[in-house]
Amino acid sequence: MPTALDDAPAVKTAGAPRPRGVRRDRRRAALPYLLLLPAILLELLVHLIPMIAGLVMSFFKLTQFYIRDFSSAPAAGLDNYKFVLDFDAAAGKSLLGSFWITVLYTVLSVGFCWLFGTSAAVLMQKNFRGRGLLRTLFLVPYALPMYAAVITWSFMFQKDTGLVNDLLGTDSFWLIGDNSFWSLVVVSVWRNWPFAFLIVMAGLQNIPGELYEAAAIDGAGWWRQFRAITQPMLRPVNQVLLLVLFLWTFNDFNTPYVLFGASAPKEASLISIHIYQSSFVTWNFGLGSAMSVLLLLFLLIVSTVYLGLSARRRNAVV
Amino acid sequence: MRIGKIAPALVLALAAAATTACGGGTSSSAPKELVYWASNQGTSLDNDKAVLQPELDKFEKASGIKVKLEVVPWTDLLNRILAATTSGKGPDVLNIGNTWSASLQATGAFLPFDDAALEKVGGKSRFLGPSLAATGASGQPPVGVPLYGQAYGLYYNKKLFSEAGITKPPATWEELVEDGKKLTKPDKGQWGLSLQAGQITENSHHAAILGAQHGAQFFTPEGKPQLASDPSVAAVQQFVDLMQKDKIVNPANAEYADTAKSLKDLSDGKAAMFMNQASAGSFKNIGMDMANLGVAPIPLPATAPPNGRKVTSFVAGINMAVFKNTKNPDAALDFVKFMVSAPEQALLNKTYGSLPTVQDAYSDTAFQTEDVRVFQNVLANSAEPMPQVPQESQFETLIGTAMKAMFADVAAGEPVDGAKIRDQLNQADQQIAAGS
Repeated sequence: MPTALDDAPAVKTAGAPRPRGVRRDRRRAALPYLLLLPAILLELLVHLIPMIAGLVMSFFKLTQFYIRDFSSAPAAGLDNYKFVLDFDAAAGKSLLGSFWITVLYTVLSVGFCWLFGTSAAVLMQKNFRGRGLLRTLFLVPYALPMYAAVITWSFMFQKDTGLVNDLLGTDSFWLIGDNSFWSLVVVSVWRNWPFAFLIVMAGLQNIPGELYEAAAIDGAGWWRQFRAITQPMLRPVNQVLLLVLFLWTFNDFNTPYVLFGASAPKEASLISIHIYQSSFVTWNFGLGSAMSVLLLLFLLIVSTVYLGLSARRRNAVV
Repeated sequence: MRIGKIAPALVLALAAAATTACGGGTSSSAPKELVYWASNQGTSLDNDKAVLQPELDKFEKASGIKVKLEVVPWTDLLNRILAATTSGKGPDVLNIGNTWSASLQATGAFLPFDDAALEKVGGKSRFLGPSLAATGASGQPPVGVPLYGQAYGLYYNKKLFSEAGITKPPATWEELVEDGKKLTKPDKGQWGLSLQAGQITENSHHAAILGAQHGAQFFTPEGKPQLASDPSVAAVQQFVDLMQKDKIVNPANAEYADTAKSLKDLSDGKAAMFMNQASAGSFKNIGMDMANLGVAPIPLPATAPPNGRKVTSFVAGINMAVFKNTKNPDAALDFVKFMVSAPEQALLNKTYGSLPTVQDAYSDTAFQTEDVRVFQNVLANSAEPMPQVPQESQFETLIGTAMKAMFADVAAGEPVDGAKIRDQLNQADQQIAAGS
């Protein structure tokens, strides 16, 4: 009695390529997932698992007493959240203060970075002698090691021995008091505007030259060309640039930490420093986690709204 | 530290530590090997290696136990210890700042030095009482043994004193302020006293010393924080007033976040006095004319406030602890015993300019100098440990940070009065209570 197996060679000899083709199709369909697998695994390991762990930690009273054995930490329920969101009490008040300082810092820093980056990129569009050198020089702050650059700024901001007071002919404090906030903004803008410059410059490369030529023939001046061609064509680039700068700046830890040390002056106490102090200086990891979760939620909401609005605007334009 | 994932980053850090910090604990059947995390005591990490390695070789030759050394900078040490505590994969033996003792004791990650363990390292009676008292909460077995002793003293520039016609260092706070005023000449860039007013830890140390003089107890016997008490407020006010009211401190000191600047001020004649731990070696390194350098105990008030204690320093120093997870507890204790032996204590403390923590090392002539005698006397007679409570690290951070902000306000011309100080200390109380 013939079996299916007996039939198989006959099928093959008939020359029908289907099974091999199906296998190949399946393999081809699986390939993208296989290629994604390492990224997914890394994303899980590096971001998602720690985030989930952080979320779990925020519901526990995890202090140095339990750090050796996480599982023995008593449950806190929503206590950590209630504590940091009680704006009448000290912890809530100072968190809220840090939040508003961070908002102002982000608005100013991102705004100036975008303004300087865009201005420089537009100016660098025209070909002139020394353009290459100038472009390279603009990128120096971005290429320098962050720590070395910011610590140098901290030396320059010293009251008695710093270069800033020397140059300005002043006798002010820059690393403590009200001025510390402005020092932070200056260093952040100095450090990040080359990124904006780089991205906008890349965006400008994609605008066809013919558009400008046609506009020029129609009599459009430089400003009109900028408003009618450059700005709209740069919109997708700007949308991504502003979002990335916003996220980086709102979470900026390195600049204040290197500039002021572990305890920034209250006028420049960004939310990231606040969370660091709760988690790693006063050893209250549960509280620090709760603050991190709240920050993450805030950033998620802002990013989602921003992306939603951007998409709606893009669709409306289309 | 980006994208607001600082708390999850802890997990990452801990995971990383689990893979990198697992040098400790080798099999007991193999030739014994220990991992030792030494704190940075010398002028650099390399300097520490140069000082310690010959001693570790000496120990290996005598005992057959190899010690792998890693010198950890102070800025990293506490977080490294915490990571090791969490992962359970730490060194066998390590140095801890003695003010962290009670906080680290609370983690339960360290070998308790009960009477039997103390006996193995030479016996309880060998150690200086105050140094041993700063090794953990009272009533519990210590979390380590003292290795390097330190105490605060008042350094002064003899040349500036003599130019101002002052013949001896101040014995009371009132004299310190009076002398400070005579020595303050802002037009010449000279000030009576230099303070590391932007340094959290230093501020907290001075709050503790002055607090004790005012009779403050920062924690109740049950361990509840009470930083905002009247004596604490008075102590902080007195300290801040050195810049605010007495004006003997350069307002620029509000930015001073490290010792180097104050040492240099004293050496350059820009400041006449500076309260610090024993630092003759550092003064020598920056080229101070040592003939001009004098040291005396930090003054006491002329009239002691009610319940005030005669305290001129807290018991400073470094302890040596053994990680509970070590697979070689006996070898670890042998190594501790070696490090606190009289010859090693004399040699290491001489090199680092610190004080031996065992009585029998003081016979060495290096510790017979006038300066060392001052510090030794302070450590033995007028020093008390920082509050030995699990929340000690929070106490230091919060009170030190609050004082740093107060000095910044004073420097900017904003008044810091008792109400403001009490408010700040109240906030610190709340924050400590939240983490208890």
